[in-house]
Amino acid sequence: MAEKYILNMITQRAFEEGVAMEIGKTSPEYFDACNIIEMNEQDMKKLGILKNTNVRVTSESGQVVVKAVVGRQTVYPGLCHIRQGVWANQVVPPRTQSTGTPQYSGFPVTVEPAPEEKLKTALHLVQGAVGMWKGEE
Amino acid sequence: MPKVYENVGCPYCGCSCDDVRVTVSDDGKKVLEVENVCAIGTEIFKHGSSEHRHRLPRLRQPDGSMKEISYEEAIEWTAQHLYKAKKPLMYGFGSTNCEGQAAAARVMESAGGCLDNCATICHGPSFLAIFDNGYPTCTLGEVKNRADVIVYWGSNPAHAHPRHMSRYSIFPRGFFTGKGQKKRTVVVIDPRYTDTANVADIHVRVKQGHDYELFDAFRMVMHGHGDDLPDVVADVPKEQILQVAEIMANARFGTVFYGMGLTHSDGRNHNIDIAISLMRDLNKVAKWTIMAMRGHYNIAGPGVVWSWTFGFPYCLDLTKKNYAHMNPGETSSVDMAMRDETDMFINIGTDAGAHFPIPAVQHLKKHPWVTIDPSVCMASEISDLHIPVCICGVDTGGIVYRMDNVPIQFRQVLDPQGLLTDEELLNKIADRVDELNAQGA
Repeated sequence: MAEKYILNMITQRAFEEGVAMEIGKTSPEYFDACNIIEMNEQDMKKLGILKNTNVRVTSESGQVVVKAVVGRQTVYPGLCHIRQGVWANQVVPPRTQSTGTPQYSGFPVTVEPAPEEKLKTALHLVQGAVGMWKGEE
Repeated sequence: MPKVYENVGCPYCGCSCDDVRVTVSDDGKKVLEVENVCAIGTEIFKHGSSEHRHRLPRLRQPDGSMKEISYEEAIEWTAQHLYKAKKPLMYGFGSTNCEGQAAAARVMESAGGCLDNCATICHGPSFLAIFDNGYPTCTLGEVKNRADVIVYWGSNPAHAHPRHMSRYSIFPRGFFTGKGQKKRTVVVIDPRYTDTANVADIHVRVKQGHDYELFDAFRMVMHGHGDDLPDVVADVPKEQILQVAEIMANARFGTVFYGMGLTHSDGRNHNIDIAISLMRDLNKVAKWTIMAMRGHYNIAGPGVVWSWTFGFPYCLDLTKKNYAHMNPGETSSVDMAMRDETDMFINIGTDAGAHFPIPAVQHLKKHPWVTIDPSVCMASEISDLHIPVCICGVDTGGIVYRMDNVPIQFRQVLDPQGLLTDEELLNKIADRVDELNAQGA
């Protein structure tokens, strides 16, 4: 991967995410529902990413490791999607264009293969970000 | 004998479905069966009788663990911190009843802080556009009974409002729409081929973040300048724009339902105000209405309650004590968090820990953080104090406002087993803050 390839990220709802959230944010269901990035197959080939392997997503305000999948609700090449929630909000830029509403959809990210990286739980990410995580790194 | 409750309200999305049937065990403590509700709503009722629910407040200890305390101690802790704080912020309210929202207004008026609701990160840009341009809307029954053209623009009800299409917009057979779906034309405008697009007659695949250009193109057609369009606008071919514009102009009654695709993308409120301008253009030749796909079952509630209390729907600055101020770029939760302008955060009926961008959470966490929520969530797990309360629509009833601002009376189906409602808790906190103010005066 020589050149830098910028993707456009959106974060939106999914039925599975809604169900999992109501089961509980610390549940395995929430973990499975939300720590994925949906990408176009062409982009995955271009970036050397295999389906269902972990990738590192980096934006201007943070980074997160999630699992790359081809979603049923297809995105066109150049667009990618993480379901709203803890993983998405690690990379959502807080800039609001003076409206109070952060840039939840339409911000630039880079995605690189990271098959050896581990996925972190929701608690690990949020408590880790505020210096309260007491588990293993 | 298990009790069956009819006409129960579902406390999840802005559809606020009120045709749910819930069967509860004879001791009133366990939900046995839920009917007529989507899978997400089902989980809420199941969660209501979970053994894992906390029944007492928990206070963070010096070693980082959480220890159970009494409601009285939690109320005292919160009131003392509110009294000491210079500019506390209370945020949330998507998931509580209007009675709780009115009590919260009382607390923050006494404490002299800021009061904000989830609209700020959701349909707040819609409010800004409505201030600028008006809101030609209708109730959902009008759509069911009259609409022959439905546009979902930047919204995905198949996933976010699961029973919206079957209750209000596409499938029901209404008074003037006896043929149901067969006589309705459904257009979905979205960058993704969503499950909603899969149901639609026409999918307009717009380039993400370029809805403004597409609205502009539609308005050009409505004003008679369709010939001057470029061949492609926002990745949409001119022929498709002309085709959809013709369907819109020939509608007997049309409705645009829009969502986060417009409010979260570049332009924010301007995407909405041009949508409203398009409605004005269309109403010269047809009948058109627009509706925000409000998220939580009662996120329209704080807008209504605080409008009749203070005159402003969200982003309220009550620090001046005798007059309120509102300016979202300045007084919104995320903007204030990012500028580190608050010195106490109360998370109520929401989960800022999970749903704010993480830099905003890091700023807020520098100061005391109280979470008032029925469940364990990210906010409760990073807070100094977690106060559990009743789930509206499950352990307590109350008024909620549906996405079209129609009030619905929700019912209680479970025994609250000692839990306070938001209203009871907040009134006790307000009483104590009033006492402290009187002593300090």
